[in-house]
Amino acid sequence: MNHPLVENYFRIDKFPHIWCPGCGHGIIMASIARAIEKLGLDKDKVCVVSGIGCSSRAPGYMDFNTLHTTHGRALAFATGVKLANPELEVIVISGDGDLSAIGGNHLIHAARRNIGLTTICFNNNIYGMTGGQYSPTTPTHDKGTTAPYGNIDKPFDITQLAIGAGATYAAKTTVYHVNQMDKFIESAIKHKGFSLVEAISICPTYYGRKNKKGSVVDMMTFLKDSFVDHKVAEKLPAEKKEGKFLMGEFINKIEPEYTELYDGIIESLKK
Amino acid sequence: MARQVKFLQGNEACVEGALMAGMRFYSGYPITPSTEIAELSAVRLPKLGGKFIQMEDEIAGIAAAIGASLTGLKSMTATSGPGFSLKQENIGYAALTEIPLVIVNVQRGGPSTGLPTAPGQGDVMQAMWGTHGDHPVICLTPDSVKETFDLTVRAFNLAEKYRTPVILLTDEITGHMREKIEIPDQSEIEVYNRKKPEKNEDYKAYKVYDGDIVPKMANFGEGFRYHVTGLMHDETGFPSNSTKNAGILMDRLMAKITDHLDDLVDYEEIEIEDAEYVIVAYGGNARTAKSAVKKLRAEGIKVGLFRPITLWPFAEARMNEISKNVKDILVTELNYGQLKLEVERVVRGNCPVRFFGKANGEILIPEELILNFKEVL
Repeated sequence: MNHPLVENYFRIDKFPHIWCPGCGHGIIMASIARAIEKLGLDKDKVCVVSGIGCSSRAPGYMDFNTLHTTHGRALAFATGVKLANPELEVIVISGDGDLSAIGGNHLIHAARRNIGLTTICFNNNIYGMTGGQYSPTTPTHDKGTTAPYGNIDKPFDITQLAIGAGATYAAKTTVYHVNQMDKFIESAIKHKGFSLVEAISICPTYYGRKNKKGSVVDMMTFLKDSFVDHKVAEKLPAEKKEGKFLMGEFINKIEPEYTELYDGIIESLKK
Repeated sequence: MARQVKFLQGNEACVEGALMAGMRFYSGYPITPSTEIAELSAVRLPKLGGKFIQMEDEIAGIAAAIGASLTGLKSMTATSGPGFSLKQENIGYAALTEIPLVIVNVQRGGPSTGLPTAPGQGDVMQAMWGTHGDHPVICLTPDSVKETFDLTVRAFNLAEKYRTPVILLTDEITGHMREKIEIPDQSEIEVYNRKKPEKNEDYKAYKVYDGDIVPKMANFGEGFRYHVTGLMHDETGFPSNSTKNAGILMDRLMAKITDHLDDLVDYEEIEIEDAEYVIVAYGGNARTAKSAVKKLRAEGIKVGLFRPITLWPFAEARMNEISKNVKDILVTELNYGQLKLEVERVVRGNCPVRFFGKANGEILIPEELILNFKEVL
């Protein structure tokens, strides 16, 4: 007997999923389902859109209107879906490479428009599907198969990038902090404008092995010990903030939403 | 609304045709010489309750249109040379996922940035082969403002009927030229809408049911909750690594075109009946050829014009038949001989196939075409 959440929100006949043992992506996928359940959304009115990569295979397992698009373009397809039918709750699932490298332009413009899309970034700091190449979020000095001598790039902070581009809801959490993730994804879906939840995932198979991060438990422990809520961090002395990463809800504000503005134009032309 | 007589650019006629065919979504990116299509769509669509969006780039322009089509809105994007190159990956996506869509390419001169405001016909082979992998292609090309209107309507209808992206390949000549056009009343326009599945049916998103050409297509949001992927898939729509399934899908996609050539292939013939010589021309350049044929006929030379209206699939059978009865075929186009390769292929040595063209951004004038034609006499 499957858990009711699995029965209700997943395409059970499509399991087992393709993700490696220890991959963090399943945790995020389940968190999205729990948020949808909590909000009581009509499954027929939910559309999940993804690009290409490990995380982008998630929609195939999820029992909604699902669209697995081309690499990097999930937000552009999703913009068309949402504008064409604003009644749909459109959730975009995208990896760090998909969202911030090949799809970076779509991310900043979807945020700028404040269109009512919810983007969940499964950030595992690596290109997993192609076998462990460094991505725009791979930390400097870390290794990937295409950074054999250490990465000399500076990583993106995807949450801050989205905020800079105009996102009206943005939060960061990790696959260790699951209760927080559920809460953030729920808030992001409820949010009217463009929302982003950056979920830090783990890739033990490629990123972990290449960078000697130890076991899956070691990688989860690292998330537990290294991430601190930005509001908590404010009150910490400098030496306690060293080596820590900030998480939490960074922005949550109301601004006019794109499809509502467009519907306003349509209404004004009827007069 | 009754018929209306207007003086329009080809690009404007394209929008008029699109709206009458039922377009309710346009997404694109500004590019010369196609921009008027976006501009007029931006003005007209919201008045009809439709949606227009200017996206951040050409790739997003086609991606949003595909997304919108999945919700049931007839969608279009328009572009020109460089933008057409950028859209190629998602043209293949729409072809494999069988999402109806119209893509307009108002061809301009040259490769790269080339000659943005000058005519060219250098994207003929790209329209067929531009996206990777084998895939079905329907490509229409008009030679006048009125035909731009008619073919835009037809492009939407074919996209819906065959569930495939349809390319309307115009050029800077027909796109920017103004002509008198009588726009028919909406009641005179034949509009084809995609077949939708019945509710509660055991819906398989990519299964072709008896009597249908393509799978029935449900709108996202109407209760079918199916999966769309650019991966090879089986008739449920979910990814499949089975080479057997991939073969079945590919055969079906290609057969949508090859089994319906009678419905798809369209061409115009002028004075072909008794012709000893044939000029093949299409799009804006066909106007030069029409004028040349008229002048040559006045001199008593038995020459005819064959004008493909459907560029892809090409009028293979008819072209071959004609080639059996003529001494020479001259293909003229604004490139270095792209359709000429196809004509040569289908003529199969029945008669010589010559080429005369230009790819410097100038149009051909009838006199230079006549001069070249006469070399064969």
